[in-house]
Amino acid sequence: MQEQLSILPQILTDGLIIGFLYAIVALGYTMVYGVLEFINFAHSEIFMFGAFAGFEVLMLLQKLNLIATMPELVSLVLAVLVAMFVAAAIGWTVERTAYRPLRGAPRLVPLISAIGVSFFLQDFARVIWTATRGNFHQAVPAIYTGSWTIGSIQVPHRAVIIMIAGVVMMYGLIWFVNKTKVGKAMRAVAQDRATAGLMGINVDRIISLTFVVGGALGGAAGALFAVRYTSVNPYIGFILGMKAFTAAVFGGIGNLAGAVMGGLLLGIFEALGTAYLGPLTNGVLRGSEYKDIFAFLVLILVLVFKPSGLLGQTTSEKV
Amino acid sequence: MKALFRPIGAALTKAIAWFTARLHNEQTALQTATAFVAIAVIVQVLIPSSGLSILFSLLSVLGATNARIKPLHKWILAGVPLLVALPYAGTHNPSLAPLMVQMFIYIGLALGLNLVVGFAGLLDLGYIAFFAGGAYVYAIFASTQAAKFSPWFAEHAPQGLGGWWFWAALPLALAVAALLGLALGLPVLRMRGDYLAIVTLGFGEVIQVISRNLDTPINITGGAPGIAPINPPSLGPISLGSSTAIYYLGLLFTVLVGIAMVRLEQSRVGRAWAAMREDDIAAKAMGVPLIKMKLLAFATGASFSGAMGMLFAVKQQFINPDTFGFMESIGILAMIILGGLGSIRGVIVGAAAVTLLRFQFLRDISDYFANWGLPPAIDVTKYQPLLFGLILIFMMIYKQEGLVPAARPTVDINALEGANPPVSGKGASVAR
Repeated sequence: MQEQLSILPQILTDGLIIGFLYAIVALGYTMVYGVLEFINFAHSEIFMFGAFAGFEVLMLLQKLNLIATMPELVSLVLAVLVAMFVAAAIGWTVERTAYRPLRGAPRLVPLISAIGVSFFLQDFARVIWTATRGNFHQAVPAIYTGSWTIGSIQVPHRAVIIMIAGVVMMYGLIWFVNKTKVGKAMRAVAQDRATAGLMGINVDRIISLTFVVGGALGGAAGALFAVRYTSVNPYIGFILGMKAFTAAVFGGIGNLAGAVMGGLLLGIFEALGTAYLGPLTNGVLRGSEYKDIFAFLVLILVLVFKPSGLLGQTTSEKV
Repeated sequence: MKALFRPIGAALTKAIAWFTARLHNEQTALQTATAFVAIAVIVQVLIPSSGLSILFSLLSVLGATNARIKPLHKWILAGVPLLVALPYAGTHNPSLAPLMVQMFIYIGLALGLNLVVGFAGLLDLGYIAFFAGGAYVYAIFASTQAAKFSPWFAEHAPQGLGGWWFWAALPLALAVAALLGLALGLPVLRMRGDYLAIVTLGFGEVIQVISRNLDTPINITGGAPGIAPINPPSLGPISLGSSTAIYYLGLLFTVLVGIAMVRLEQSRVGRAWAAMREDDIAAKAMGVPLIKMKLLAFATGASFSGAMGMLFAVKQQFINPDTFGFMESIGILAMIILGGLGSIRGVIVGAAAVTLLRFQFLRDISDYFANWGLPPAIDVTKYQPLLFGLILIFMMIYKQEGLVPAARPTVDINALEGANPPVSGKGASVAR
């Protein structure tokens, strides 16, 4: 038992780190949901394309032998910026082609279309990278390989990047939505689309912009994922997307701070569950094998007992 | 491009309309249906190996069963291709019989999912979990697997139970799948469409993870390697292990599911589901017990899936957790979306078409491109998710009601109220 408890600080740290990753992906879900009341199933695949874009940038830099000579920060910023751009472009295109024609249709219709987009993008990525690089599992050139040791806890530098990025993105987004004119328009569209249109807001453009911003967030998260885990494949988005969505629901969907909080809590729960399920059941159940189930349990419990989430407001459905 | 397709589309629509009119006219129905079936049988016999002739045969069966003729004539006309022509093609080409059984399995699954999504309006993305349940119920006891955790089996039936187990397992598989359906249904009772979708998706993942890891502490499912070989069923002393026997078994299962679907749709429960799908608040106000009806939809749909899972275990003689992934759930969704949500005929056509696309068409394209010397990394047979994604997107954008829309009674509001502003009332609407 003593031995189990002594690793607790490390487990909490690891949970917090993965939690920040869930948080940044959750921001994208929650933003689109806030404006359109629609789960953008394709967000996980936009994240995945971001990861691949970051990977391609780092590969290019490595080929030009720039990773070794340039400061690591430059490589990182380049990778993240390109990934944000690519992912934003995909987000915009997806909204334009697969969601906009279905606006006003019954709820299930855009949802099914979104699932289709998600599947299409996933397999499309597989085809592209199988064709161009021979294998869709790719190793990402490593940057920021060091780590700090604080007492018994190990914190890799890469993990700190994700934490910093998570905080910056959350505050940046909150500022954008609450303080800028465009953000105000976004909130107006979220509240009442028709009235917002009457007030002179170009609703289509605002919705497009929502997807661009959401996509950019997903892309940045993807590039950070590629740097953190130094490997990418077309299927990284699927489970992570589901967990990030859980985080968004946990924190109260539509609420930006809630998404981050949900992500962090989910990350910590998952780390604790993974580490202690084995010892608690005397090794009968392997925690790492059941890792992906914890998020699902959290999702069910939250939806059954507190559907509005931790920070969300209770809304009654309009009839 | 459009200018090219439009006349073809118009001509096709006209031909189908002419044909349907003849099938619905009592004078011409019998001869038209007979001619259709006869042509299909001839094509099937002349070109037995083509997937398209299978599809044509199935269409002729659908045409005959929907014609305005006596029930006896229907059964005879539908029976000829199903009982004679298709099995003949199966014996002619050994790879075709498993394909047809696979098609029956998918038709059954699509009909079952259509009950949940199309009839009751509950989007279920984890439908394959129940299929897995049924498959495991049969497979565990019809193989050496049971002996691995039960001393009784190790002593008395180390090779698993004999062929009779199939018939005993059938009610058990239905029950297990229905219980799984209830287990999913209970927590999601109050959830709306999109939450429901993601929770059911998670449920499918959970069942897959569990089936992969239930080899410890006691080895129940065989873990990631799965279970093989699985004993074939038997009928008394006759073994039903040959591909022709499995074909007839699959046909029997699918026809039973199909009949159950038609009966359910027209029943009191089916109407309650339709009411719930169109507007749950209005339905509740009219006295439809929503909770009971939702649970019933989940349990019934799940049990059909479980039965098909058994058939799958028999056909494959091997199952492992990878067979029951998310892609399969989406594949079945693509079938019912392609055919038409809520439309029994449409779902059958959609399931047959998608099965052929997956297992024949993609392979044909792959063979065709292989002559061009494309790199082997680009294996077209693996493009199934791409195909499903495209089907879902295109159908949602261009034809939400599917290729063979559900025929739902509609009322022309203009005719009732005089010609006031036009109220759009599409015959088929996708459920909310």
